[in-house]
Amino acid sequence: MLRLDSITKIFGGLTALEEVSFSVAAGSITGVIGPNGAGKTTLFNIVTGLYAQTSGEVVLDGKNISFLDTEKLASLGLVRTFQNVELFGQMTVLENVMVGLHTGTKSGIFSCAFRLPRQIKEEKFIREKSMEWLEFTGMTDMAGVAAANLPFGKGRLLEISRALAANPKMILMDEPAAGLNSRETVELASLILKIKETGITVVLVEHDMDLVMDICDPIVVLNLGKKLAQGSPREIQENQEVISAYLGSD
Amino acid sequence: MTEKKRQIIVFLIFAAAALSAPFFLKDSYLITVLIFVGINTILAIGLNLLLGYAGQISLGHAAFFGLGAYISGILTTRFPLDPFLVMILAAFCAGALAFVIGFPILKLKGHYLAMATLGFGIIMYIVFNETVSVTGGPSGLSGIPYLSVGPLVFDNDWNNYYLVWISTLAVMLLAINLTQSRIGRALRAIHDSEVAARVMGVNARILKVQIFTVSAVISAFAGSLYAHVVTFIAPASFGFHFSVELLTMVVVGGLGSIYGSFLGAAILTMLPEFLRVFHDLDIIVYGLMLILMTMFMPGGLVSGIQMVTQYIAARKAKRKDEHAQA
Amino acid sequence: MDNFQQLIQYVLSGLSNGAIYALIGFGFAIIYNATGIINFAQGEFVMLGGMLTIFFLTVFHLPLVPAVLLAVMISTIVGVVFERLAIRPLRNAKPLRLIIITIGASILIRGIAMLVWGKDTHALPAFSSNEPILIAGATMLPQHLWIFGVTVLIIIISRIFFNYTMMGKAMRACAYNAQAAGLVGISVKSMTLISFVISAAIGSMAGIIIAPLTMTSYDVGIMLGLKGFCAVIIGGMSTGFGTVLGGLVLGLLEALGAGFISASYKDAIAFIILLLILFFRPEGLFSKKETERF
Ligand SMILES: Nc1ncnc2c1ncn2[C@@H]1O[C@H](COP(=O)(O)OP(=O)(O)OP(=O)(O)O)[C@@H](O)[C@H]1O
Ligand SMILES: [Mg+2]
Repeated sequence: MLRLDSITKIFGGLTALEEVSFSVAAGSITGVIGPNGAGKTTLFNIVTGLYAQTSGEVVLDGKNISFLDTEKLASLGLVRTFQNVELFGQMTVLENVMVGLHTGTKSGIFSCAFRLPRQIKEEKFIREKSMEWLEFTGMTDMAGVAAANLPFGKGRLLEISRALAANPKMILMDEPAAGLNSRETVELASLILKIKETGITVVLVEHDMDLVMDICDPIVVLNLGKKLAQGSPREIQENQEVISAYLGSD
Repeated sequence: MTEKKRQIIVFLIFAAAALSAPFFLKDSYLITVLIFVGINTILAIGLNLLLGYAGQISLGHAAFFGLGAYISGILTTRFPLDPFLVMILAAFCAGALAFVIGFPILKLKGHYLAMATLGFGIIMYIVFNETVSVTGGPSGLSGIPYLSVGPLVFDNDWNNYYLVWISTLAVMLLAINLTQSRIGRALRAIHDSEVAARVMGVNARILKVQIFTVSAVISAFAGSLYAHVVTFIAPASFGFHFSVELLTMVVVGGLGSIYGSFLGAAILTMLPEFLRVFHDLDIIVYGLMLILMTMFMPGGLVSGIQMVTQYIAARKAKRKDEHAQA
Repeated sequence: MDNFQQLIQYVLSGLSNGAIYALIGFGFAIIYNATGIINFAQGEFVMLGGMLTIFFLTVFHLPLVPAVLLAVMISTIVGVVFERLAIRPLRNAKPLRLIIITIGASILIRGIAMLVWGKDTHALPAFSSNEPILIAGATMLPQHLWIFGVTVLIIIISRIFFNYTMMGKAMRACAYNAQAAGLVGISVKSMTLISFVISAAIGSMAGIIIAPLTMTSYDVGIMLGLKGFCAVIIGGMSTGFGTVLGGLVLGLLEALGAGFISASYKDAIAFIILLLILFFRPEGLFSKKETERF
């Protein structure tokens, strides 16, 4: 469904990614792991159009999306969450999720200012749909809270809820478990599985190995910008190169 | 639903108060001042959409105000054109200019955007001053006709008050609608995290230009009204100083609050009228207000009022509790 | 021949204004590199330098040198107070709030200056004689020499400071990566303060040396500040050669434009250049672009 074709990214003199290629199958939870600085976030930034790669191609459903603008990708069904949670802090939880429905809706400045009938209907739809997603992630009781006042774990959850509201085909999550306690991590794992069940493909960057090994298949390992290995959790755990890369960096 | 109802009631009360005010005011001087409060409210709302909602600063908004005023002033004094048509034309021109410069200017962020809009404002101010044959230069342009609809001529305070305040209320209503919609949320999303907004499919680049354009159109509309109400315009009203005054109105009233824009406009318009000493001290007071507000009440007076009412409500609730326990 | 002399005249006045713009630009760059803030009040330091010197000369009848020293010192104190009261408490705030607060400070300083010294323009007497010096048929005022001399001196001193002193190196480290600098024990807080001190001092000095040529008043800060900003934008926010060049180019274009095209649009030239650079090369003419991190 998503195919990365020898992606290279060079920042000034630093090669953050070198000839990385792999594919993500529809309906999978694909894990991307690697030590700090391996280039995982850079990879997401390239796929979501925030960075332009130095060379290589990103293909989504047979369509070359390498040079599409970030804002286009959401409407193609590709969304993400951020490693350093990027919420709309001044807005409520509900409003955050409502922004997720931006792509699915159309009212422009004029119809919003004059509250044309179509816009009123659409607004109602946005609100109801958003409440449904909050229910899906179990955040209904926090709908009215300002996002900036959420505890950290809930912030991560809200980012996922907002991404889901965009009705994506694929969601990229950048370290969703970072900063969560163990109970929250378990809940996150079951949420990710639940998301997969709805037919959404997940790509998961994560340092929490238990989580990755539990729910991801396949797993791609990056180290120092290069793809080191790819395979099932079992294969990865037994891969000598992967083990030494992790031991070396620890 | 109750929230929506509450908002409608608040607006109706506000509108009723605004429209009935002249009946209670014996003093026609006060009515004149309130006319300017109305015009400044429109301007502050225009800037607030850009600054308070989308989080994009402009230090050159007086230029769009001036553009509206000058286009209306020049065309209606020189040619036998319908002033209302000219008003639409003026708004259109300001919007077109904003749209064109909006693309390169809104690519800039933060401090750079501030400097660029400031530069734009000063260039326009120089143009107003130096194209003497068209604008009348520093000594201004006089003899701008009053507006009229059939036999009704807006040549006295009473009529102008209603002309301006019906316009103000309309702009307020449209702005409130806009801010509470999909577009309003997208604007605030850009303000809080532009990357996240873009990832969620908000075309930040275009939306910023659009709201800049809307904001320019609103400012130009206020400019046209101003020109016809005052019948005399000069560049001094449209310079950097006024851009800063507008900024102060928005910050004092409350970034991201439409009623806050009214509050800010009202305070900054009335202060110099009633405190004579204020005349020479105005920029000191603006400076202090900007600093103090930004430091201690970043949400503006509107947030201050909210805090106070919440505090009072909490105290009442507590007292009730104590009663119940006793 | 007459035309040629005139050209020389324009070039001279352009270069001396340009030197001033470069100095003001330095002030912006020093604070920006230490804090990420563009200090809108930068122009006010320039105004304070000139106005305070005149004040000490005419009201207290001090000789020139102590008057200048006092003026620089007081401007610097204003910079320190501003940093302490307004910038430090908001260090971690969003850019919008910082922008508004420096704008607030700039008009507050301007307003106080107006209250104290009124709205009149004042002239500072030239530092040495007013006898024009003849060069290649064109005349040059001794004040031009003062401007070039002081500018070169300030550039040399700041070079030495940033490249060879502990504190200067620490400031550069902060500019490069504040977090890492903090980790190796550099106090980012005091670097911020020092950046305000240096930049206020340089700004006020610029205001002092230009005052005999252009007159000064409470509101010269806006224009001078913006033009200094234009210079430093051309130079890519550096305290290096690019900004000096930026200032000189701007000064020259302005002088030639005013001389040969139209004096009334002189000020517009700087802003049109500013907008063009911001639109097409916001990273400056001489530096490379960096990718923003997410
Ligand atoms: N905008 C940028 N400019 C310059 N270098 C960058 C930029 N973004 C990332 N890098 C560098 O690229 C390399 C890969 O960084 P990246 O953030 O992708 O790592 P990561 O695998 O996500 O690490 P972590 O697990 O710590 O999040 C790092 O060396 C980083 O310093
Ligand atoms: Mg990362």
